Amino acid sequence: MAMSANADFKTRLQTWLPKLVLSPSLAMVLVFVYGFILFSVYLSFTDSRLLPSFGWVGWENYSKLWRLSHWEISLKNMGVFALLYIGICTVLGLSLAIFLDQKIRAEGLIRTIYLYPMALSFIVTGTAWKWFLDPGIGLENVMQSWGWVNFEFDWIKNRDFAIYTVVLAAVWQTSGFVMAMFLAGLRGIDNEILKAAQMDGASNWNLYRRIIIPQLRPAFLSAFVILSHLAIKTFDLVIALTGGGPGRATELPATFMYSYTFSRNQMGIGAASATIMLMTIAAIMIPYLYAELREKK
Amino acid sequence: MRSFLKTKTAIVLALSVTAGTASADGHGGVEVLHWWTSGGEAAALNVLKEDLEGQGIGWTDMPVAGGGGEQAMTVLRARVTAGNAPTAVQGLGFDIIDWAEQGALANLNDVAAAENWDAVIPAALQRFAKVNGEWVSAPVNVHSTNWVWANKSVLDANGIAVPETWDDFVAAMSTLKAAGITPIAHGGQAWQEATVFDGVAMSVLGPDGYKAAFIDLDESVLGGDGMKEAFDRMALIRENVDDNFSGRDWNLATSMVINGEAGFQMMGDWAKGEFLNAGKVPGEDFLCFRFPGTSEQVTFNADQFMMFDQGGAVSDQQAALATAILSPSFQSAFNVVKGSVPARTDVSDEAFDACGKKGMADLAAAASSGNLFGSMAHGHANPASVKNAIYDVVTAHFNGEYDSATAVEELVDAVSIAQ
Amino acid sequence: MSVASQDTAIRTGRVTRTLIYLVLLLFALFYLLPLYVMVVNSVKPLSEITGGGMMNLPEVFTLEPWAKAWSSAQIGVEPTGLAPYFWNSIKMVVPAVAISTVLGALNGYVLTKWRFKYDTIVFGLILFACFIPFQIVLIPMAKMLGIMGIAGTTWGLVLVHVVYGIGFTTLYFRNYYAVFPTELIRAAQIDGAGFFQIFWRILLPSSGPIAVVSIIWQFTNIWNDFLFGASFAGADSQPMTVALNNLVQASHGVKEYNVHFAGAILAALPTLLVYIVAGRYFVRGLMAGSVKG
Repeated sequence: MAMSANADFKTRLQTWLPKLVLSPSLAMVLVFVYGFILFSVYLSFTDSRLLPSFGWVGWENYSKLWRLSHWEISLKNMGVFALLYIGICTVLGLSLAIFLDQKIRAEGLIRTIYLYPMALSFIVTGTAWKWFLDPGIGLENVMQSWGWVNFEFDWIKNRDFAIYTVVLAAVWQTSGFVMAMFLAGLRGIDNEILKAAQMDGASNWNLYRRIIIPQLRPAFLSAFVILSHLAIKTFDLVIALTGGGPGRATELPATFMYSYTFSRNQMGIGAASATIMLMTIAAIMIPYLYAELREKK
Repeated sequence: MRSFLKTKTAIVLALSVTAGTASADGHGGVEVLHWWTSGGEAAALNVLKEDLEGQGIGWTDMPVAGGGGEQAMTVLRARVTAGNAPTAVQGLGFDIIDWAEQGALANLNDVAAAENWDAVIPAALQRFAKVNGEWVSAPVNVHSTNWVWANKSVLDANGIAVPETWDDFVAAMSTLKAAGITPIAHGGQAWQEATVFDGVAMSVLGPDGYKAAFIDLDESVLGGDGMKEAFDRMALIRENVDDNFSGRDWNLATSMVINGEAGFQMMGDWAKGEFLNAGKVPGEDFLCFRFPGTSEQVTFNADQFMMFDQGGAVSDQQAALATAILSPSFQSAFNVVKGSVPARTDVSDEAFDACGKKGMADLAAAASSGNLFGSMAHGHANPASVKNAIYDVVTAHFNGEYDSATAVEELVDAVSIAQ
Repeated sequence: MSVASQDTAIRTGRVTRTLIYLVLLLFALFYLLPLYVMVVNSVKPLSEITGGGMMNLPEVFTLEPWAKAWSSAQIGVEPTGLAPYFWNSIKMVVPAVAISTVLGALNGYVLTKWRFKYDTIVFGLILFACFIPFQIVLIPMAKMLGIMGIAGTTWGLVLVHVVYGIGFTTLYFRNYYAVFPTELIRAAQIDGAGFFQIFWRILLPSSGPIAVVSIIWQFTNIWNDFLFGASFAGADSQPMTVALNNLVQASHGVKEYNVHFAGAILAALPTLLVYIVAGRYFVRGLMAGSVKG
């Protein structure tokens, strides 16, 4: 009798244990992510300035937000930045992975060289690139001193081009990581299919286009998640590289949000911008996650 | 499983232990949050630390540099929200008033009365240290922002005298430009553009107009013709900076003046330290004068230490810290290094160089004639939200995004959104 | 691991190969350039840098900037160098990486091998947490840390990093375990093995590659974090990035760029080392699971 009760308890424990193990993580996420998101959404309807306060002001913060040209600039920059950053990283990462997959000598060394930027913090990257791109002391100066007197590269000082230098530094930092993800995907592809196709006389170009790249779909999706997460969070890099300038030309939503919440003591507007950003992220990510997770069932 | 449980117990144990030590911390001394991490400043602050340690008060250092204190203010907000405020925090202008109005600051009236602060600290400065009749922070210094720094040999070689008026200044700039020298050394960061704008606006609008525009936020002045003229002058200055100004740190711009690559820099008195570090002598190698047309006015900003209320627990130490900060010997020693002038007007100017002596005399004169105004660029004229809104417009205009007429309209609009 | 050495069946001609090598070499230069700038300027006296020519090799080679950045540069009131902060970072990073990886492994295990109703929704909830912008969590997080009594401590920082890291670690382990044969689990269950026994004896021994991925990812992110470190650390727990920032961002006085670069490299050394040493396992780990559907 005692034994069976014990066994009964054990079985029940076994059925509950998985959920029990998962619950601390879930609890943390519910409180520290979703709880905080709700809090932030609530703040966006209040008159919070220096610290959170709870005077309800309705949509006022949102209407102020949309009157700020500054906010529009940061949204536009986000669009340009995210598109180019994700696009270039993906194309470059895939190309380099394909090249590196051709039985290259010293592959390990080259891979390490491509990967190491990911190890550096954006503060370090930003500072190094700021130097390198500065026309007065960096590339332009060096090229001119080497005899190319007409060489010009002043993007970082140019209002219309500065955002591209942010793209450049960000691509430099993460494209190697994306390359590694694609390389891993390429190595997992079954060679028998390729050999069969080669027998049929398919060119290399067609092999990649028709057979290999379609099989890399999971790698594309992982790369997309990682890259979009990094794009959204790009903050330190802008601060270190351009400080949001020239003027406000390289402001991104993350720097906007930080500046209104903390430097300008307009926490309500900062929270409103955060809410809009979160909704945008959700609008993009939820359909993707939904499609991705459904398939696995 | 066993190792997993072990880690968990270890965490719980560690949490309870550290929590205990954290709350015990702070009673034996003061924890000071500040952003003075460069060699000279830190050395000067070390004087204060040693003074306190001589009285048996420990100093826990909490340095967070970046953005002229912005980073430290973020940290402060996290600390206060967590119920774990540092005992003393470096603060500027409206930030102090904001914190006082949150009821977060300790009352220093007893110290102030004993040391007679009311009499020795200029009224314009008291506005940011004494809120609703309570002293809440201890001022360390007064910086003034409407200075121009010039390379004397460059000026002499081109036959330029110290410009007294805007027209003189315009003439001087074109002479330098013709001679192939960059007239203005400037770093393209929003706050630096605003610093230049401080002097320009003061000279165009005069003290009353400056006060109406930036302190009272009077829309008719913000959107008036004078303001448009000020923006036109900014555009002229823009034409006299080099192509590579964008994003440059202010001290690199100062080096351009030191090395004779540029003639002038409009910058606060902290620029002096760069000249002195380079072994230059005021009056001989470099000149300091007020922005043309503002010789009687001083636009200032002041570093202070706010004392955060600790539930009464460390008020003795806070009082000792405040007394030490306002002691004439520290005021003199610190400000000689920092380039600023003492916050109290009764300190001897003996230890100061020519520019420092002039700064102290200017401050005393401006304070007594009602010409001492908080600097818009440095958060002593209006709250952070308005200040940054003005930055946005000034920097956008300087970078060619707006013409002067648009800038004036945008200024009125931006200030109204920010309030 | 036999898959790891599997080369592509694609064959290329001589001209193509030369071109490929050329492109690979060019990009290697592109990736190395900023590192070159940092290293070369960290071993020059300051006068050579301010005199221009930042791409030039040093005329006078000196390791003094490195020594200064490590042990005598001005970080706060006292010239301590970066050394004490290095240990603060270690004390924070090691437990945070360990806890988040263990939690990620367990979560991945439950989500793939002990499926229950709505488990994909739970996973979706955890995964979406990766995308929360950190700027919005600062204030509420400070409040929570205050309530829990761990504000300003290393353990507070560990908690923060665990919370915002488990999304990634769960993702990695879940994808890895998803392709692990479930039949093995069922067989073990029939033999009477319990939840943790199965995890310990069957899954864990083959989790090496993905654990490397998870550890590298977490280590890099946590080590390089500045925002949380600055906001939630106390005076005696400030991590290396905060100290580096104090060194580099000091607003007045002579900027010792050579010391700054040496400090930046010092701050990056542990992560660089992790990438160089574990890099080969990293690609293997990615291969073995995280990029597979």
